[in-house]
This record gives sequence, C-alpha cells and structure tokens, in this order.
Amino acid sequence: MTADALSRVFAALADPTRRDMVARLSAGDATVNQLAEPYRMTLQAVYKHLRVLEDAGVVSRPPGPQPRPVRLEAQVFDLLDKWIERYRREAEERYRRLDQVLARMNDEMPNDDGEQKGSAA
Amino acid sequence: MNTIAETTIEADPKVPVIRMTRDFNGTPGQLFRAHTDPVLFEQWIGPSTMRTRVVEWDARSGGSWRFVSTRNGEEYGFRGCFHEVRPDRIVQTFTFEGHPDGVKLETLWFEDLGHGRSRLRTQSLVDSFESRDSWLASGMEAGVTEGYAKLEGMLADDNA
Repeated sequence: MTADALSRVFAALADPTRRDMVARLSAGDATVNQLAEPYRMTLQAVYKHLRVLEDAGVVSRPPGPQPRPVRLEAQVFDLLDKWIERYRREAEERYRRLDQVLARMNDEMPNDDGEQKGSAA
Repeated sequence: MNTIAETTIEADPKVPVIRMTRDFNGTPGQLFRAHTDPVLFEQWIGPSTMRTRVVEWDARSGGSWRFVSTRNGEEYGFRGCFHEVRPDRIVQTFTFEGHPDGVKLETLWFEDLGHGRSRLRTQSLVDSFESRDSWLASGMEAGVTEGYAKLEGMLADDNA
C-alpha cells in the first residue's frame, strides 16, 4: 500500500463513527440500513461516511442484488497486522541493542548479581 | 518458565494499551541500570538510524528526563517524567516534543528469572485516539511507529 493510500486510510479512520462502522463490519457484512440503525443521523449522512471508507479502500459494496451488503476489505486486517508487526520488530531491534549493552556489563562485572553490587558501579 | 527470546506484543482489546515482553541475559538489577543510567540508555534506545543524546536525566521518583535524537541534521526531542522508579519497576511518561499534547504512560517491570536472566514487561497506555494522527504527521520513524501502535490500540479497542 502506498503512503498516499495509507494516509487515506488513516484519515478515514480518524472519525469515531467510521471507526465504529469498521468495528461492526469486522463481525460480518451488513446492509446500509443495518449499519445506520444505531446512529442518530440521516441515511444520507451514513452514505457520506461510507463513501469516505469506500474511497479509502476500507470497505466495498460488491455488486449484486439489493440491498447490497457493505463489506470490510481484507487488506485492512492485513494492514493492522503489518502495523503491529512493524512496531514489534522495532522493539526487537531496540532490545537487541540492549542485549549488547547487557553483555558488555557482564564482561565488565562478571560477578554483578543485581542491584546490590550494580548500584556501586 | 519458557524463555521469550523474541519480543512478544499484545494490543489490549479493552483499552488503548500495548504490552510487550522480552527476556534478557542479565539480572533485573542490570536491566534496571540499563534503563536508568543515561550513558547506558543512550546506547540502545535508538532507532539505529539516529544518534540519541540524553540532555536531562533524573532517574528518581518525581524526576524528569529529556533526550534528543538526531538524523541528517534534524533533531527530534522527547521528554517525560519518571513518576516512580524502583528496582523492580519504572512508571514514566513519554512525549514527542513535536506533539506536546500527546502523552504515553509507560510501566516497565523487571522480573528475576534466576540464573542471571530476567524478563522485561512493558505496558504503554496512550492518552487519546485523536493524537495518533499528529504522531503520524511528525513523519519521524519513532513517531510514526508510535502512531501505528496507537491506531492498532484504537482499532483493537473498537473491535472489543
């Protein structure tokens, strides 16, 4: 996914109503009427939110008999996995540097058994 | 107890929290020092593409910290408070100065696994879903990653 596409996804998800729609769609497809039901807004406003989500590639409305269901795009789930994996990987890189720091500490003070002697260093 | 050789990560489904766990060859005391001694800390906090310099450092309960990361002449400041500093845990806040309204509350636990090994557990609570866009907009590696984590937490929260 390009950076531009990514920022469209972020922009689409910046709105709490749209986040709620995405959360509800993650449980399964829904019609526009079903999606609109819990919200105090016109159907027109709901369509407007859906358009933003569609343009960002977060949801789609596959062609078919009416009423067409709204479906969450699988790539959105993939994206979440990538985000958290990227975060995890950066933490792991940081902790590998910490491994090296600890190894050097062990070299310098092989008998260091923790905070008692460590605090004297 | 099984050894956690690689960092594990978990996004809490109920609150915007990220938890991570990692085991180390080193005592809890050494792990604690690597987090509280500024000379040691700036050697690993990274990211590797940046040079990190600790500017302020008072690793005591109620103290504060600030470090600056530099890449290609660009400086990025980070600061926060050491809320609670004990040999077995640190509670601290974390803010990217490019977005001072965004603050993360971090708790770090240092657990003794015996045989000179220890486990680091961390928990990061972000303050609001709205601030994540600013983290992203900062365009900086760490900021972007923070933003991703916030978004992940946000969506996990919404999916609960």
